[in-house]
Amino acid sequence: MADLDHLQTDLTARIAAADSLDALDAVRVAALGKQGAVTALLKTLGGMSPDERQQQGPRIQALRETVTTAIADRKAALDRAELDAKLARETLDMTLPAEAAPVGSIHPVSQVMDELAEIFADLGFAVATGPEIETQWYNFTALNMPETHPARAMHDTFYLNAKDGEEARVLRTHTSPVQIRAMQAAGGTKPVRIIAPGRTYRSDSDATHTPMFHQVEGLVIDKGITLGHLKWTLETFLKAFFERDDIVLRLRPSYFPFTEPSAEVDVGFSVVNGKRVIGGSDGWMEVLGSGMVHRSVIAAGGYDPDAWQGFAFGCGIDRLAMLKYGMDDLRAFFDGDARWLKHYGFSALDVPTLSGGVGA
Amino acid sequence: MKFTLSWLHDHLDTSASLDEITDTLTRIGLEVESVENPGAKLAPFRVAKVLTAERHPQADKLQVLSVDAGEGPMQVVCGAPNARAGLVGVFGMPGATVPANGMVLKVAEIRGVVSNGMMCSTRELELGDDHDGIIELPADAPVGTAYPDYTGLNDPVIDVAITPNKQDCMGVRGIARDLAAAGLGRLKPLVVPGSTVTPAPVAGEGAGPDIRIEDTVGCPAFYGQTVAGVSNGAAPEWMARRLKAIGQKPISALVDITNYVSFDLGRPLHVYDCAKLSGGLVARKATPGEQVLALNGKTYTLDESMTVIADDAQALGIAGIIGGESSGCSDATTDVLIECAYFDPETIARTGQKLSVTSDARQRFERGVDPAFVEDGLAIATALVLDLCGGTPGGITRAGEPPVPATVIAYDPARAETLGGLAVAPERQQAILESLGFTVSADWHVGVPSWRRDVEGVPDLVEEVIRIEGIDHVPPVPLPRLPGVATPTATPEQKTERRVRRAAAARGLNEAVTWSFLSDAEAAPFGGGAWSLANPISEDLKVMRPSLLPGLLSAAARNLKRGADGVRLFEIGRRYLADAERPTLGVVLAGEKRARGWQAGKAQGFDAFDAKAEAITLLAAAGAPVENLQIFGEAGAHWHPGQSGTLRLGPKTVLAAFGIVHPLTARAFDLDGTVAAVELYLDAIPAKRGATGFMRPAYAPPALQPVRRDFAFTVPAGLAADALVRAVKGADKATITAARLFDLFERDGVRSIAIEVTLQPTDKSFTEDALKAVADKIVAAAAKQGAVLRG
Repeated sequence: MADLDHLQTDLTARIAAADSLDALDAVRVAALGKQGAVTALLKTLGGMSPDERQQQGPRIQALRETVTTAIADRKAALDRAELDAKLARETLDMTLPAEAAPVGSIHPVSQVMDELAEIFADLGFAVATGPEIETQWYNFTALNMPETHPARAMHDTFYLNAKDGEEARVLRTHTSPVQIRAMQAAGGTKPVRIIAPGRTYRSDSDATHTPMFHQVEGLVIDKGITLGHLKWTLETFLKAFFERDDIVLRLRPSYFPFTEPSAEVDVGFSVVNGKRVIGGSDGWMEVLGSGMVHRSVIAAGGYDPDAWQGFAFGCGIDRLAMLKYGMDDLRAFFDGDARWLKHYGFSALDVPTLSGGVGA
Repeated sequence: MKFTLSWLHDHLDTSASLDEITDTLTRIGLEVESVENPGAKLAPFRVAKVLTAERHPQADKLQVLSVDAGEGPMQVVCGAPNARAGLVGVFGMPGATVPANGMVLKVAEIRGVVSNGMMCSTRELELGDDHDGIIELPADAPVGTAYPDYTGLNDPVIDVAITPNKQDCMGVRGIARDLAAAGLGRLKPLVVPGSTVTPAPVAGEGAGPDIRIEDTVGCPAFYGQTVAGVSNGAAPEWMARRLKAIGQKPISALVDITNYVSFDLGRPLHVYDCAKLSGGLVARKATPGEQVLALNGKTYTLDESMTVIADDAQALGIAGIIGGESSGCSDATTDVLIECAYFDPETIARTGQKLSVTSDARQRFERGVDPAFVEDGLAIATALVLDLCGGTPGGITRAGEPPVPATVIAYDPARAETLGGLAVAPERQQAILESLGFTVSADWHVGVPSWRRDVEGVPDLVEEVIRIEGIDHVPPVPLPRLPGVATPTATPEQKTERRVRRAAAARGLNEAVTWSFLSDAEAAPFGGGAWSLANPISEDLKVMRPSLLPGLLSAAARNLKRGADGVRLFEIGRRYLADAERPTLGVVLAGEKRARGWQAGKAQGFDAFDAKAEAITLLAAAGAPVENLQIFGEAGAHWHPGQSGTLRLGPKTVLAAFGIVHPLTARAFDLDGTVAAVELYLDAIPAKRGATGFMRPAYAPPALQPVRRDFAFTVPAGLAADALVRAVKGADKATITAARLFDLFERDGVRSIAIEVTLQPTDKSFTEDALKAVADKIVAAAAKQGAVLRG
């Protein structure tokens, strides 16, 4: 039946030609609405003979199907075109800057303290603390520095105005008083392995000295500990800290009232691009003071010096940071200059770990 | 402690090179700080003789010299007025650099006459200030010799740091002894300097001087001898040169002798001009307020703890520390009294500290000079005075007796290994100790030499053995390690601090470290400091901080002055309160929170709620139960009275203060704009309780969806929003899981607050009746706070 073919051709053409949802709907109504052409054809099926219906039915249904699909397809196409147009209208200049979140930082001193804690935890050292406003007994006397000891005068000590009836306290000149406190806390009966990082004070101020600085103390009290253990511990620590295997130590006999024998420890450096880099042995830099804990210090800590012996060391944390990360002005550590803090500081996520490395 | 190489050779017979010597010094604990050869820069200058001197044909003030510097006549143009035939001076060859000005000499034509170098003045060679003419040397100076060799300037000066225990190395001889022990040669027998004579008491005539001791504690021994008829002039060249080389100014023979012996043998001496003494000498305690005009030109006021040497009229000097002007020697001195005393190290140390005097004598006496060397010290001094100044010696007076200890230590050579970590053969240990002056008996009782006051026990002997044998040879030995992975060591406080530090940095804050001490003015707005320094290095660094905010405010101001737009600083450190040092976190937010932008428009500053957000977030990171925190006012006088608060657990436990810094406080720190701040009191945060193991409670999300309802209330003036929200939340604890303020406005003086309430059904969905019942409870609870549901 040519009519049906003609109708299908006509409707398909009109659907394709519909350029808006309204126009398409008009075609839909004209074809499939109550008065629509296809609807009218469908209605004719009722009046047909069974034979005729059998012949015409599928054709009319097919027409309806074709038109319905064509309308749906056209609608999807128009929807998509409309969405495309909408999205095109929404175009932004993606080169515009996004708002930057403020970037925080961890101070190098804190970072290095965390690094020290991580390394020494693996060697069995806990982190101990003590007061910064210290009694003269803890800061000097218990460390084998009686009042007239020449070393006591060399300490450039800050004294606090004395409270009524008390001996004037001092700002601790080193972290060594924590040795005594840690031994006392351990009770004189069990081994001690601690590091004690913290603020220390000397009335000294020039390019390489600030009146406040940071030190870390190390202390091992046990049985049968020798200078050999000290040397191994410092070597192991420095290799882990600088993450280099070519760390070379040089021990020099020296003097500290609280150790006997005493040694200063130099670490070898090489010169790379005009800067001193730890590792190798082109030259030597003093980094640590150390020694075997003096008998009277062991006794002051409540241990029997005939049964226990051990070693102690002390080291500038600011200096360790400078050697590792390349700052060259100590004063800048304490200025709070945000530019410096961002330049030399560390991300919150730079948590030192043994698996990931303690350096960042 | 400085000395020259030739000086060392007086005491040490060695063929070791300078490098070997300096390396060894450092290796055995005498750290070399510098080595300088003052002659090095003069090496190209030679002793030269002017053969002839003619007038320059073109210049009145110039002469044309013929100079022999060892290689035959050379023509030199010279402008010095004293240049003349026969003069022996110092000649710089072409190629030599003139030390004073860095000029390199070359063959040049001066007014048409070729000049092959330069005759030099003392100033040009940096040997003095004289520039009136060229140097004139004695006529017999050997022509052609390098000038520094001729003058003995070619003598490297070695500067070593002497640790407080090495009192024996405060003299060149002690250093020589250590080097000999370290295998670098042989210690020569002791002789009087400048001679080959072994020191022995100079038997004088007549009675000794009138010397006595009243203060036997401060001055156990005081030996003295007079020499009459001396002539005090310049010290001999060799002595003056050495003193100059180590930085001592030669003064006169008598004074230089005492200095020389002090540096040579570590034995301080003093000489008095007898003509200026009235009566005998006494070592006594100072009277309170007694004054001494010292040789350094300063007047010291003494107290009764200090020892003085006095005559009948006055205190002449502070014993063992510094002499006085009144009895000092001069060119006119003819009769001298030489003092060689032993002063108590503790008294010297205390007096020196009290008076803040440092002197070469104090350095030696407070470390402890050799008490067995008083007799020899006096003998050497007297011999030198007689040698250099002539005169007739009187008798010796020996008042008191130096306390010579006889320390004997029972030693076990195994200790070198069990303490020092280095196995050293017993024979070798014995040899080391003996070379240092110790005696060693067959059963290892070790006698300590009188000059080693520092050696008290076995560890000291181990140190001697190890340091000479080579501490660098100690093999490293691993610390014993527990089996398995290292166990955690951080305390809960340390973990809290680490967490809160990294949380703050993650929130965009920059960690600063500021001084623990402040000025009075900086501490004042924060209630002042409980601790102040008796000896601050400046008024700016005087009071121990009562708060972390002043340091951060100062840092913020510095940053803004440097052009920073916004500053977000934090610090974790201690506040120093009267009762304790309290771990604290401080935050300061200043300047712009957000810069002007194409999205948000104008720049935005920080407000009190930025501070509150930091406070609560950081408290949460620190493990504080932030759900239970209550907000109070009363943050303190340095806060904006209407825009600050405290976060507390119960009414008493303050965990944090936050808000806007009082504008007056901000201005005191040079900050103009609004500054927000936080202080977290880390030690007030309660420890977590009841945590056992790592197991979390079972996960049980509610099966049914929560229901949200909004309530808007008009509230009375003065009702805190938080009170209303808490009341609403508590209206039906079984069903209300959250209440959140989401809108707030004020119109015509009436405040309206809108709250979103979350209701969580448990086993079955809410019925309308149930919801109505909860709503009624909410409204009723709000009504108790005076809030009325808006229609």
